[in-house]
Amino acid sequence: MQESPKYWKGIEELENSPEFVKNALTEFADFLPVKETYGSSDAAVAPRRDFLKLMGFGIAAATLASCETPIKKAIPYLNKPEEVDPGIANFYASTYFNGQDYNSVLVKTREGRPIKLEGNPESPITRGGLSARAQASVLSLYDGARLQHFAIKGKKAEKDRVDQEIRTALAGAGRTVIVSPTIISPSTKKVIAEFASRYPGTEHVMYDVNSASGLLRANGGVLPSYDFSKADVIVSLGADFLGTWISPVEFARQYVANRKVSSDKRTMSRHFQFESALTLTGSNADVRVPVKPSEMGATAVALYNGVVGGGAAGSAQLKKAAAELKAAGSRGLVVSGSNDPAVQALVTAINQSLGSAAVDVAAPSMVRQGDDARMERAVKDIIGGQVGAVIFYNANPVFDHPMGAQLGEALKGGKVKTTISLNDRLDETGSLCTYAAPDHHWLESWNDYEPKRGFLSLAQPAISPLFATRQAQDSLLTWAGNPTSYYNYLRTQWKAVTGSDAKAWDKAVHDGVATGSALAAPAAQAGAAMGAAEAISAINSAPKFTGVELCIYEKVGVGNGTEANNPWLQELPDPVSKATWGNYVAVPRKMAEEKDWAQGDVLKVTANGKSIELPVLIQPGQAAGSVAIALGYGRTQAGKVADKVGENVLPFAVLRNGAIMYANSVTLEKTGATSPIAQTQTHHTIMDRKPVVQESTLKQYRENPKEVTEYETISTPDGPQKPNKVSLWQDYEYKNHHWGMAIDLNSCIGCGSCVVGCQAENNVAVVGKQEVINRREMHWMRIDRYYSSDASKEDFETKGKLDTYAAMEDPSENPSVIFQPMMCQHCNHAPCETVCPVLATTHSSEGLNQMTYNRCVGTRYCANNCPYKVRRFNWFSYYSNEKFEAVNGHMFTDLGRMVLNPDVTVRARGVMEKCSLCVQRIQLGKLEAKKQKRRPKDGEIVSACAQSCPTQAIVFGDMRDPESRLSKLLRREDGERAFHVLDAINVQPNMTYLTKIRNTEEVRNA
Amino acid sequence: MQHVSPVREPLVTGGKTYHDVTQDVCRQVEAAPNVRWMAALAVALFFLGVFFYSVYRTLWYGIGEWGLNKTVGWAWDITNFVWWVGIGHAGTLISAVLLLFRQKWRTSINRAAEAMTIFAVICAAMFPVLHMGRPWLAYWVFPLQNTFGSLWVNFNSPLLWDVFAISTYFTVSLVFWYTGLVPDFATIRDRAKGPIAKVAYSLLSMGWKGSAKHWSRYETVSLILAGVSTPLVLSVHTIVSMDFATSVVPGWHTTIFPPYFVAGAIFSGFAMVLTLMLITRVVFKLEDYITLEHIALMNKIMMVTGSIVGVAYITEFFIAWYSGVEFEQYAFINRATGPYWWAYWSMMTCNVISPQLVWFRRIRYSIPATFVLSIIVNIGMWFERFVIIVTSLHRDYLPSSWAMFSPSIIDIGIYVGTLGLFFTLFLLFAKFFPVINMAEVKSVLKYTVDNGPTYTGHDPHHTTPQTATHGVPASAPVNYDKHD
Repeated sequence: MQESPKYWKGIEELENSPEFVKNALTEFADFLPVKETYGSSDAAVAPRRDFLKLMGFGIAAATLASCETPIKKAIPYLNKPEEVDPGIANFYASTYFNGQDYNSVLVKTREGRPIKLEGNPESPITRGGLSARAQASVLSLYDGARLQHFAIKGKKAEKDRVDQEIRTALAGAGRTVIVSPTIISPSTKKVIAEFASRYPGTEHVMYDVNSASGLLRANGGVLPSYDFSKADVIVSLGADFLGTWISPVEFARQYVANRKVSSDKRTMSRHFQFESALTLTGSNADVRVPVKPSEMGATAVALYNGVVGGGAAGSAQLKKAAAELKAAGSRGLVVSGSNDPAVQALVTAINQSLGSAAVDVAAPSMVRQGDDARMERAVKDIIGGQVGAVIFYNANPVFDHPMGAQLGEALKGGKVKTTISLNDRLDETGSLCTYAAPDHHWLESWNDYEPKRGFLSLAQPAISPLFATRQAQDSLLTWAGNPTSYYNYLRTQWKAVTGSDAKAWDKAVHDGVATGSALAAPAAQAGAAMGAAEAISAINSAPKFTGVELCIYEKVGVGNGTEANNPWLQELPDPVSKATWGNYVAVPRKMAEEKDWAQGDVLKVTANGKSIELPVLIQPGQAAGSVAIALGYGRTQAGKVADKVGENVLPFAVLRNGAIMYANSVTLEKTGATSPIAQTQTHHTIMDRKPVVQESTLKQYRENPKEVTEYETISTPDGPQKPNKVSLWQDYEYKNHHWGMAIDLNSCIGCGSCVVGCQAENNVAVVGKQEVINRREMHWMRIDRYYSSDASKEDFETKGKLDTYAAMEDPSENPSVIFQPMMCQHCNHAPCETVCPVLATTHSSEGLNQMTYNRCVGTRYCANNCPYKVRRFNWFSYYSNEKFEAVNGHMFTDLGRMVLNPDVTVRARGVMEKCSLCVQRIQLGKLEAKKQKRRPKDGEIVSACAQSCPTQAIVFGDMRDPESRLSKLLRREDGERAFHVLDAINVQPNMTYLTKIRNTEEVRNA
Repeated sequence: MQHVSPVREPLVTGGKTYHDVTQDVCRQVEAAPNVRWMAALAVALFFLGVFFYSVYRTLWYGIGEWGLNKTVGWAWDITNFVWWVGIGHAGTLISAVLLLFRQKWRTSINRAAEAMTIFAVICAAMFPVLHMGRPWLAYWVFPLQNTFGSLWVNFNSPLLWDVFAISTYFTVSLVFWYTGLVPDFATIRDRAKGPIAKVAYSLLSMGWKGSAKHWSRYETVSLILAGVSTPLVLSVHTIVSMDFATSVVPGWHTTIFPPYFVAGAIFSGFAMVLTLMLITRVVFKLEDYITLEHIALMNKIMMVTGSIVGVAYITEFFIAWYSGVEFEQYAFINRATGPYWWAYWSMMTCNVISPQLVWFRRIRYSIPATFVLSIIVNIGMWFERFVIIVTSLHRDYLPSSWAMFSPSIIDIGIYVGTLGLFFTLFLLFAKFFPVINMAEVKSVLKYTVDNGPTYTGHDPHHTTPQTATHGVPASAPVNYDKHD
């Protein structure tokens, strides 16, 4: 074997010295002459790499140290209240009554803060329903515009000093007047009586902004209670009993009881509505007849003649109404919203002649006790300087009484020596008073109520007073020299109801409601009822209207304006016009065309020598020759939210024969200015799109319930099939739950209660007027309202498609109206889910379409692709952008933020949001059930909208549970009234709607 | 000495020699900026300022600064996006597809067209980022590894496809453009006198020596990139169209969209190339390179693609009627007769009627007419996207949600701002980069100069390489036959 030749790399290798061998295996030769080059040893031990390392570290450390993490303190309870567990809500029964609306409520508190109101199912009156206004009042608790201390002439003052001065002043005041809205609290009445006995010459005057004085007078000084469920034929002469009249939540429930249908119960009440402005109630009527305010009296007379007298005159509908009432007998009911005692006398006469079972005078309602005549006298006396002292107890007559302006002048001019305001803020009246002793918010107060004779209700505080206020009753007791606290006073009173048994009291407080007539009844109002003949002659001799007639009405949201500083109410769209933030002149289309007014043109409205400027809203259904303006707007000293929103129309009301007439003759002039109206819906007809919303008639339903709903089918090789039988997709499998909702369009009256309920539950931001005009309201839940049109697709043949489509955009002159609550449909084949590039919206294993805010980058593709347009984008930072501080202020301050639901994130700018089907409530229900090692029971979990619905139009449930109400309902209605909106696009929603059935001969073209 | 072919029109007129080409093109780069250029740049920079202001408002306050609403979630943003992407298409088509089809006339315009592509895509790319509610999280659309466990992007979403399509398109276009620039940079480098220019162009030319090896690689890369780019011409706008086509919105949900969008993109791209070229040739005195023949050819392409688009518009209407779906039918009736009828008829006039004028030879060869036409087509194509996006969204399924869209001042600011951005970039390009591909133009010169090799019928790649001077491509793709 030959040795291969060897090559050396150098002479060193050949020599192979030990030094070479040592270095040969190391990768780098370490005999580089570093030290020789640098000389100093420091340079050698800290070479460039180390320097860079150190520098890098130094920069990083310095940078990190300069970053500051915002500090958010979570402080544990030092002494934890027994019943409060962080993260767990407590519910307390209480009562909301704002001088007009009564609602029995459950107050949801978290860590001691009321965050939401829910209906109290124990209440025999409101039965778990809750009006939009009641829902929103929790926000008023945290209103920073409330007066936060006692004051003298607007300056902060000590309580004791105020008390002392007031007592001195009252002692020598002579005649003292307490002005308040209706008070239905027996104990408060007693306190006032006690005060009156301490200061003789005290007179308590109650007035209602939306007065029922005429109705009281026609019924011997009491307000009958009504039961609409006992009426098969309802004729309403301008009474908006589903929206604003007397007790809408109660009435809605009764009314709908007789409107719900199923294949087993194919009967419905029949509802005629004669009215000037298109109200919520009129929108639900089977037959609606527009009637000018001036004709209302004549209509009542004609109806009276038709039912009681010798036969009806007037329109065909009127004759029909009279005939049907007669036929219904005791199952008939006539109600009127008029404040004219003569009209009400006729209505009473008709009901008596029918023997209407729906009217109950024996257990009268208490919620309207205002006496217009007495109030008018009192105001005149104040103006005349005949009153020594006046106490405004949650009353703001300077704003909301027709003579408010004169009253304001009198107060300013010192016509009354002592003026005291118990109002919660320095409002239009309070700011003119010397003394301010602000009342607690009702959520901070004890009180009792008797909304209807024999039905009692309690309010308990759900939070300690936020400010240095004092409950009004305590103030009155203090001034009357009674040292007892109002709570003890109330307890003493209630011994008559609960006995001395503490448990019975506890139960009453727990339930929030009780029954019994143990507490003293208020005295019936004076004033003799008119006879029918007298009434007819009074109506015939009533002063005539000249020119355009103005009808003053109340809105479901803002109401009489007391709670106008509540942004949830301001932004709640009017159920009919869908307008928010302010009032307007509702004008019939014909008048607008004749006078060449366009929507948004500002008109100068003049009457009684006063004028206001408001924009025009073209309102289908508005009676020809009349216009309508809502009261409750035009506040000037309510707070940042309400001030300068709209105009106050109450000065246009007239006082006639001791009753406020909410109508007047007005002149209207175009000013040339324009002011856009913030509507959440600007297209008003359904364009004959049956796949969106369906309706049919009772006649057809009676004949065959299977023919009232049109189902779309898709052609397949196996013949026409339901769209969901054909799919490219793999269906989700729901192993545990499958949540869904059914919405009965027959039961939905469109009141908007759910909208506010959802807003409160889900921390939905308020965006203000301009952003609503920009079509960017954030409501997760909305109620679509469609008017019928005179045109329909049937005209395609005769008039051509283009003309027909154009014609379909115009609502009829007196349209039929349909409401459709709309929220995320939680589609099983959701178009939003597929298009999100980052998977921010996904499907849950329980059928929910869930939105992951953290992951959302805000492409809005999902919103574009949503056929229902229910997704809402955070265009701005609604909780920190100063543009929104005035309207969404509760998200800006520590005070306001207390109302936020801690279970729901406040969404950041740039993310999409939408209805989550109240996933937090579902989760809570599941956890509660899990703790008890069982499955959630049906009805235990409800979404906020379903919870707040006064008519139970929304049924929430688990479709996997065959025994749930929802499953049963869907099984029953499958193939009859159950339909999915836009079924043919096959997105397979989890929301099902039930076709609306009208008690009419034919459906008018949608 | 020039020999004029009896059969074919010369591609470059004026009897240019290799040296003339170099001179003509390098003159712009080497001379001091002229006043007209400075003025144009000042205007462009002003609009760039408008862009930055509008972007600042958008980023600081939110998308609410725009005119969008709950019903119309996209409007000018995506309109502009699609418009810019479409404009970009001409560059790719000219450089890639025409290269593959051996359309020699493209050599005079491909450089500027490619530059236009790059800048248009840059402008386009602004919108997908800016239209996001939270653009600082834009990187979430990339399938990046993350610490969130199984959190991943949604491969079902056309927006995600967009991300890939646009980024690929941009990268390939940039590389293609740059590759073509390298030999020309070398020419400028060799001529450069100033020290900065010397260094800058040395760096840009990446050590190009004009050796046979370099030319061979240059050609291979060009061919590969042309091959890669060609499907991109089709794919990018196909995918952009799928943003709409895969949705359920009536007016968007249309299978015709991919070819329709691609044709529209080429249509608008050529219009933009014409707009730019007509200005450039005058300003830089390049009339001999960008001849009337070029203009006429591009006009023809515009007419063909414009007609395809027109047919697509009509087909949409037909299908809406034929489908029997009321929502589809209404969407199209609403386009033509609804509140945005003016946008629809602007689109129809600009895109369908006006390109038909090109049938007239006089218009085809008229510079003013072509210029006006090219502007009209660009307006029309902007309206096309506006019509598709806004008039479909503003009235979709539920009439309760129908709404109108009107742009805010910020919407307008961003749009004209991107025009500012585009023209700033283009003007800088026109000044500092060779606007005409010298190397490739020299290769078509031979065709018309009588001392060049005459047509032999051999495979052109087997012809003898010429000697190179001033970076003239000795073995530049020499193809004497336009018909193969």
